[in-house]
Amino acid sequence: MGDWMTVTDSENKNISQYTSETKMSPSSLYSQQVLCSSIPLSKNVHSFFSAFCTEENIEQSISYLDQELTTFGFPSLYEESKGKETKRELNIVAVLNCMNELLVLQRKNLLAQENVETQNLKLGSDMDHLQNCYAKLKEQLENSRREMIGLQERDRQLQCKNRNLHQLLKNEKDEVQKLQNIIASRATQYNHDMKRKEREYNKLKERLHQLVMNKKDKKIAMEVLNYVGRADGKRGSWRTGKTEARNEDEMYKILLNDYEYRQKQILMENAELKKVLQQMKKEMISLLSPQKQKPRERADDSTGTVISDVEEDAGELSRESMWDLSCETVREQLTNSIRKQWRILKSHVEKLDNQVSKVHLEGFSDEDVISRQDHEQETEKLELEIQHCKEMIKTQQQLLQQQLATACDDDTTSLLRDCYLLEEKERLKEEWSLFKEQKKNFEKERRSFTEAAIRLGLERKAFEEERASWLKQQFLNMTTFDHQNSENVKLFSAFSGTGSDRDNPTVHSRPRQKKPHSVSDGSPVCTSKLARSLPASPSTSDFCKTRSCVSEHSSSVSALNVTPEETRPSQAGRECADQKWSMASRPGSQEGCHSGCSLPYTNSHVEKDDLP
Amino acid sequence: MNFSEVFKLSSLLCKFSPDGKYLASCVQYRLVVRDANTLQIVQLYTCLDQIQHIEWSADSLFILCALYKRGLVQVWSLEQPEWHCKIDEGSAGLVASCWSPDGRHILNTTEFHLRITVWSLCTKSVSYIKYPKACQQGLAFTRDGRYLALAERRDCRDYVSIFVCSDWQLLRHFDTDTQDLAGIEWAPNGCVLAAWDSCLEYKVLLYSLDGRLLSTYCAYEWSLGIKSVAWSPSSQFLAVGSYDGKVRILNHVTWKMITEFGHPATINNPKIVVYKEAEKSPPLGLGRLAFPPPRAVTGPLSSPESKYEIAEVPVSLQTLKPAADRANPRIGVGALAFSPDNYFLATRNDNLPNAVWVWDVQKLRLFAVLEQLSAVRAFQWDPRQPRLAICTGGSKVYLWSPAGCVSVQVPGEGDFQVLSLCWHLSGDSLALLGKDHFCLCFLETEEGVSTAFGQRGDHT
Repeated sequence: MGDWMTVTDSENKNISQYTSETKMSPSSLYSQQVLCSSIPLSKNVHSFFSAFCTEENIEQSISYLDQELTTFGFPSLYEESKGKETKRELNIVAVLNCMNELLVLQRKNLLAQENVETQNLKLGSDMDHLQNCYAKLKEQLENSRREMIGLQERDRQLQCKNRNLHQLLKNEKDEVQKLQNIIASRATQYNHDMKRKEREYNKLKERLHQLVMNKKDKKIAMEVLNYVGRADGKRGSWRTGKTEARNEDEMYKILLNDYEYRQKQILMENAELKKVLQQMKKEMISLLSPQKQKPRERADDSTGTVISDVEEDAGELSRESMWDLSCETVREQLTNSIRKQWRILKSHVEKLDNQVSKVHLEGFSDEDVISRQDHEQETEKLELEIQHCKEMIKTQQQLLQQQLATACDDDTTSLLRDCYLLEEKERLKEEWSLFKEQKKNFEKERRSFTEAAIRLGLERKAFEEERASWLKQQFLNMTTFDHQNSENVKLFSAFSGTGSDRDNPTVHSRPRQKKPHSVSDGSPVCTSKLARSLPASPSTSDFCKTRSCVSEHSSSVSALNVTPEETRPSQAGRECADQKWSMASRPGSQEGCHSGCSLPYTNSHVEKDDLP
Repeated sequence: MNFSEVFKLSSLLCKFSPDGKYLASCVQYRLVVRDANTLQIVQLYTCLDQIQHIEWSADSLFILCALYKRGLVQVWSLEQPEWHCKIDEGSAGLVASCWSPDGRHILNTTEFHLRITVWSLCTKSVSYIKYPKACQQGLAFTRDGRYLALAERRDCRDYVSIFVCSDWQLLRHFDTDTQDLAGIEWAPNGCVLAAWDSCLEYKVLLYSLDGRLLSTYCAYEWSLGIKSVAWSPSSQFLAVGSYDGKVRILNHVTWKMITEFGHPATINNPKIVVYKEAEKSPPLGLGRLAFPPPRAVTGPLSSPESKYEIAEVPVSLQTLKPAADRANPRIGVGALAFSPDNYFLATRNDNLPNAVWVWDVQKLRLFAVLEQLSAVRAFQWDPRQPRLAICTGGSKVYLWSPAGCVSVQVPGEGDFQVLSLCWHLSGDSLALLGKDHFCLCFLETEEGVSTAFGQRGDHT
């Protein structure tokens, strides 16, 4: 493209030259052609141009140009002449227009040329590529053609070979046939010759026999010191017809014995086989009879009847009980029934097989059939559970033993024995949770009590101060109202009755202790009564009741704590023991239980300490 | 296992008496009878010439010595040493001699199988049987000694005659449908006679005692046929070894083949134990030998020790390329023997000469294979238990039992080559026969043997 650019530049220059030099010559056409074809010659062209128009031939040049341009369809360079005689004037405007148009044309042409050239280039490269492709394909085609020819050649050769081999095979076969024929013929020939030779040989033998045996050969003899007795001690017998018959008899006897022996063996074998058959049949019947309901339900009449038949047969056979009665009917019965049974069994087995295969096909989606894996998993789980349970039992036993070592009351042991039961354990667990709850309640109460006590303390302090100030006043004034003072004290005690008195027990004074009845509400009385009515060995349910009762009256702690004050110390102690017992008898005897129970216990205990 | 001292022997003639009390052996023209236990000489007989064959009579009272070259048979009595008997076949010649089962008759086959002469030791009577066939096994007595079956050839046809042994009366005479009868053999129960054709044709015929044809069996045509035949002791099976390297077992009910034992050169079945005899360097294994031959340990060793190794399958056995252009090619099953308890069958395929195959007859399959270092010469079953003795012509004797197998060096100066062996009927001793010597091998009592065999890992 760079070249092109330069070329256009130079052309432009040329054009500017053209424009600057308006003089034209008839040779310009040629020069223009030259310009178009060979741009590098622009300099020469320049010199040409200068040759085209000179000072002298301006007119001719102009007219020539005009002519040329008009032939090309441009307007005339001359103005319209008004008259013939007037010389036509050169129209500058037209000339300029023409020039401009020419220039535009030129530019257009150049552009077109450029486009054409690029296209040409493109087409050229495309052409090259296509030519390459073509060459390649041609080569490929040539190769394939050659290959094909090769293959065809090979095929032809192979076919040839095959034909040859076939021929060879045929030849070989023929050869074999021929050889066999030869063998056969030779064999017959051989046999024939052999026979001939043998005959000759026999003749010779005969002859020899005659020669050797008939000529009384003195040498053929036996020298023996003395004849020995026969091995069986018998004397030799004469050959007579009788002996012949006897020999025959003996031979047949031997044969008969052999056949008898074989028959016996066969019989034995038969008996064995029959036994096996019977056994098989029995087993089959026993195997199939549990299923006989099923097939009947399935309305499978044939099998049902067969089975009933079979059962009849079995009964018959067992009744007759003849293994060795090998008469035809029995044999038939036996074989028939076995066959039937076998058919049933076979169909059953096939059915089972089908089921199995179906199950396999369906995979584990079938819910009716538990897969083996599931089974195994289940058993594994169960085993684990068993292990777990065993461990639990062991720990329980250990704990029990510990329990027994610590507390071996008769009643407790009986109870402890009971607590092997899981239900009991569950229940006790519940109780335990209840107890815990209670404990929480107690704790809450205690907290509230302490708060109340603190409040009380503050109040008391204020009261004390008040009293002090009052006493001071009294002291300062004349003290006259004694009963008023006692009333105040009563009031104070009523105050303290609602709160726990253990916070500041020292404050309590004797006379106040008589009062609580009147101050406290009815419920504590009830609980105290209940507590006292606790049986010596209450059942757990009773205990539960009492405890629930206790838990109902959350404030009963105070009552419990207070009531012993009224009772004698011994009674209080007993109740304490009761309480303690109820705690000790906690089945499962968890530590937490003790701690949970310890609060009321210690409370009562503390109370007891405070009593005196 | 103990070995006796080595005694002289010629022509491998050494036989235990049927009652097991004595042992007869031949040294050139002398017949030596020893006590089978003490090996002390009981009697010594001198024959007229080199003895070529000896045979005990069934009652162990007489010994027959055949001098074929001279056409003579000399008989000796064990009870009466001075008693003697000489049978001269004269110009007719002699090729075979045997006792009749009663021990009072001698059957002599003349040259060219012209006739068989039956000589009686009780009377002067002489019987002749004409037309005996010259074949591999043409004479067979039933086991109970009542009958004699004889192959005959008349007018280019094969016949079988059955004689009653007590008076040599012909009982049955029938022709057999054979091209060239090669052998006959009674079933042990004496009721069935097997007859087979020559190797050119595979054909087995089974006849009843009364001459009825029970069955015919033919496995294949064209190629060489039967090479060996053996009845099982229970008469249930007839094993037929043939040139195609297979043993076919026929049953006694239908007389059809029930199985076929091939003898492939490679054994691939891992269930089969293959015992491979391997040489071992003497200093290593001596101490560990479970059956230490006492003298072998102390005395000088003539040949390297060997032991059995259990080879890993697949095992390829050493094969022999038979010469195709020679007659009697060394191929096919040439030796067959059932164990006395019917459980095992031992075979040898002649183109795998180093191997002995032991088949389980109950399961009808191969049980074990023993591959020796050299070709197997002979094997024989212990008459009492499933125990097989094998010799290969070397200085060792090999014993196989289901529990394992051992290789035992035969002690003695020089090289004692065991060419043949025979068991004592009690199974307690074994006579090992060499070219010029023989010795006795005393095996331990059954308990000892069973324990020794029990330690399979030790000495296999």
